[in-house]
This record gives sequence, C-alpha cells and structure tokens, in this order.
Amino acid sequence: MNIDQKITDDLVAAKIGLVTTVPCKQLAGVIEEVDKHPEILHIPANKEDEGMGICAGAWMGGKRSAIIMQNTAIGVTINTLATLIQYYRMPLPMLISYRGELREPVACQVEMAVHTKALLAQMNIPTYHFHKQSDADELPMILDYTFMCNKPVAILTDANFWGGYGDQ
Amino acid sequence: MIRSEILKEIAPILRDQLVVCNIGIPSQELHAIDDQASNFYMLGTMGLSSSIGLGLALAQPKPVISIDGDGSVLTNLGTLPTIGNNTANNFILLIIDNGSYGSTGDQPTYAGQKTSLTKMAEAAGCDRVVECQAEDTGRVLQDALDSGEMTVIVCKCESGNAKMPVITMDPVTIRDRFMGAVQA
Ligand SMILES: [Mg+2]
Repeated sequence: MNIDQKITDDLVAAKIGLVTTVPCKQLAGVIEEVDKHPEILHIPANKEDEGMGICAGAWMGGKRSAIIMQNTAIGVTINTLATLIQYYRMPLPMLISYRGELREPVACQVEMAVHTKALLAQMNIPTYHFHKQSDADELPMILDYTFMCNKPVAILTDANFWGGYGDQ
Repeated sequence: MIRSEILKEIAPILRDQLVVCNIGIPSQELHAIDDQASNFYMLGTMGLSSSIGLGLALAQPKPVISIDGDGSVLTNLGTLPTIGNNTANNFILLIIDNGSYGSTGDQPTYAGQKTSLTKMAEAAGCDRVVECQAEDTGRVLQDALDSGEMTVIVCKCESGNAKMPVITMDPVTIRDRFMGAVQA
C-alpha cells in the first residue's frame, strides 16, 4: 500500500465522509485516492475558505469532514479559521502540503513557508509536521485527537515526506 | 420591499427548514423576527453561507436554505461553480439581492450595476435558477421546496435595513442547538 492509500484509509477509518480539496502537486496522489474511494464524498473547492465552509456544514450535518490544501492557504483562511471553525468549536483536520521546505524548486514557495508555523502557532492550532513517511503512523491518533477536542488541526507534509519533486 | 420585510413574509416557510443565515444584519433580522433552533446564524466569515449550506445539504437529507446576499456571493464567487457541479437536490440558495452591502452602510455592489448574479449562477452550471421580485419570494421559495431540485433564487429587492439588536447568543450555543435541530 502506498502512502496516498494509507492516508486515505486512515481518513475513512476515522469516519471522515466528506473531503474538500484545493490541489497541490504533492497532494495529487492522495487527492486521486480520496476521489475514487467509495466511502468519501470528494468536493473540490475553488478556494480554501470556501472548502472550510463546506466542511463546517457537513460536520454539522453529521458527516465528519477534512480539508486537503497547500500551506499558502493558511494565508487565505485565517479569518475563516478564527470566526467559523474556532469560534463555533468545530473539528477540522487539515492535511497540508508544506511547500517551500527542503528540496523546494520554486523560490516563491519559501515566502509562505517561513510564515506557516508562525501563523499556525499564533492561531493556537495544534500542528504536526510529517518529514519522513513513518511520521504518518501517527495520523490515526491525530485524527482522533481532532474530533476529541473540536479544533482545527494542521498536518504539514513536506517534500521529503512525499519523496521530493521527481523530475524537478 | 427591503430584506427585513421579505424575511417577515417568508418566516412561516423558513420556520420548518434548516436555515443558514448570512453574517451581519440579515442574521440579526432573522433572529429578531423568528428565532429558531433550526437557524444557523453566521457571526463571522462573510461569504460562506452558501458553502456551509451546501456542505450541510450534501451530508444529510433534510432541506437546507442558505440565505445569502449579493455582496456575500460576490465575495465568494467560487461557490457558484461548486454548487453547480455538486448537485444537492435538498439545497436552496436564496440570494437577497438588494444591490448593496447592507451591513456596512449600503455601499453599492456590482450586482446592482452591470453584473447579473442570475446569469452568473446559470453560467456556473446551476440548473434551476429563478430570479424574482421581492413580492414573489414566498411563492418562489415554496415552489423550490416542492420541486425537490437544487434551486438558486435571486430575489431583487430594495436596499435598507431594519434596526435590530446584535445577536449575543454564544456561537457554541447557536451551533449546538442547530445540530440538535438537524438530528431531530
Ligand atoms: Mg446586499
């Protein structure tokens, strides 16, 4: 089983039934797995705050939800995290590709990478950083933790975790 | 007619449905006119009423009405293609289009100028889009519920706000009693 399948199986095992995504190159494989899994309703979103709104509605409707997005989206979603997800105390696992870390080929990605953990810390968002594939062994625990405490929780997954950028 | 008069008129229809209500004065008006556990009042996050409503409709079978505004839809325009491409036949998006940002002092929006939200919803892939005048909102909303089809209603009305108190209910209380109404 590859890492994309493992992550998807962990989401399903945590009873997550709806996933919204805004794509990133590193997340292409997991998004494909999520899309084809029969127990997950996959709703691609045009922007991450929109995706968080869909997740909030789904959760209130009785379906656990999660968002898959790039770390640049932290810059887009601060207000939604503060005034929707946190203010109403909603659980939201955020599987985030951590662009701009080691092996990054695109310099501009570093500009948001340097703010990512600081912004998450400022928001008091529990944050986990997957650097090696074995770090993903904790994903089921992180998902349980998220639905236990009704908070947004960030899972940053860097290029080493995904095995680099291939041909770049 | 202004928004508060429309809300008063459609309150008997809204009462029995799950309603997600737009931030600011729309939520204050609905709360003052007919507070219900089945109303989810947005206290923050301009623009996400339609997204929250869509997620709710996709997750469970009861009808969901998102009350939105022209300014709020314009701030989250990506919502229209998402709605258009993910059909939830228990979802109604009611856009109260008064051509202005009502909660911030009635500054004009582009929807009151050259932009048609009706045409944008159609172009985004929404199959059932109904534009109506304020006076017809009750009938059009009941038709939409009876149709069993996902419907976007663009209700053209005058701008203006009723003076209503700010909602002081705790957000977790709003959310918790709303989830109780979802499950009831
Ligand atoms: Mg308006």
